[in-house]
Amino acid sequence: MLNHIWIWLIIISLLIAAGKDIYQEALTDKSSGTEAVEKNLNERTSLGQVTNAALDAAGLAVKIAIGLIGIMALWLGLMRVAEQAGMTNVLARMVKPVTKRLFPSIPSDHPAISAMLMNISASMLGLSNAATPLGLKAMDELQKLNPDKERASDDMITFLVINTSAITLIPATAIAIRASLGSANPQQIVIPSIIAATMATIVGVTTVKLIQFFKQKKQSPGN
Amino acid sequence: MELIKTIIDWLSILAIPFIIFLFLVTGYIKKVRVYEVFVDGAKEGFDIGVKIIPYLVAMLVAIAMFRASGAIDIFGYLLSPLTDLIGMPSEVLPMAFMRPLSGSGSLGVMSELMKTYGADSLIGFIASTMYGSTETTFYVLAVYFGAVNIKNTRYALPAGLIADVAGLITAVYICRFLFIE
Repeated sequence: MLNHIWIWLIIISLLIAAGKDIYQEALTDKSSGTEAVEKNLNERTSLGQVTNAALDAAGLAVKIAIGLIGIMALWLGLMRVAEQAGMTNVLARMVKPVTKRLFPSIPSDHPAISAMLMNISASMLGLSNAATPLGLKAMDELQKLNPDKERASDDMITFLVINTSAITLIPATAIAIRASLGSANPQQIVIPSIIAATMATIVGVTTVKLIQFFKQKKQSPGN
Repeated sequence: MELIKTIIDWLSILAIPFIIFLFLVTGYIKKVRVYEVFVDGAKEGFDIGVKIIPYLVAMLVAIAMFRASGAIDIFGYLLSPLTDLIGMPSEVLPMAFMRPLSGSGSLGVMSELMKTYGADSLIGFIASTMYGSTETTFYVLAVYFGAVNIKNTRYALPAGLIADVAGLITAVYICRFLFIE
């Protein structure tokens, strides 16, 4: 799936950029002042802009990943201490009724459960610096339970759908920008955001659970 | 409303110092070798950071190309009959498109819309609610699956996008319902 979407994002962007350039080129009058234009071919043409964007994004990706390392190390270190102290088990036991239904195949005292819980709590509080390392820790634990290491497990997908539609109690960035652009009531979006995110979570979880249900049915027709 | 905001603000400020204190002190009391165990866990941070680089490069490059080509505007134009049907102002369509693709991109679109139409306009209200209510699905999938080297993501992306669409449509309805001219 990602395979197709990825290649089509690239094909479509190149085709559109090329189309725009051909259209532009057809419109430009060839006889007037080509010298000034030639200089900046890379910035003037859509294909040039697309190329620049691709190169910039490749650099940015590395910057983001390197920037993550320090915070990741801090949280993974803390999580390891909490694990050894037996704290994560206590947390996991408290929410067992919910996790039992969402992740039926994971034992409720597995470290994956506590890591997922801490990730979701952190993102609810808007602590994205803490949420990402904890989420990656959760993925790492889920991967240990995954029989096929190259293929996403049902539990991973359930977790990611909950994660991407994450409910944030205070969408701080959006509020700050509203305030800076002169909104009379910047935090007006808090309740609508929570409702929209809750709806996204409900629909997302229902979707993955339906898919998992029908897949299971297909595998065991006797039941 | 103000009170809830104050409480949540305080909670988010106190959460991290509280967790650091709780984890380390409990570990210390339970005779965990806190320093050694911390360092041991922290080592993994480097591996994960390096492991996600190729996945992040692949994803961010494709999305950056898509944005730079102006494809989002063209898709917006093609889809405008559909958005009229659900009562979404066509001006916020680029926002709906950008949100799952790019965090910084949707931040830019949101700011632009609020600058043009006003932060307290219906369009500004919907755009900022959309920004506040979902995560950047493509980015999250690339980073999270990349960290554990998963290449076949199965139905993760469609399921994530279905959730996003539900959230975006809800944002439109709830804002139209609450909006006072």
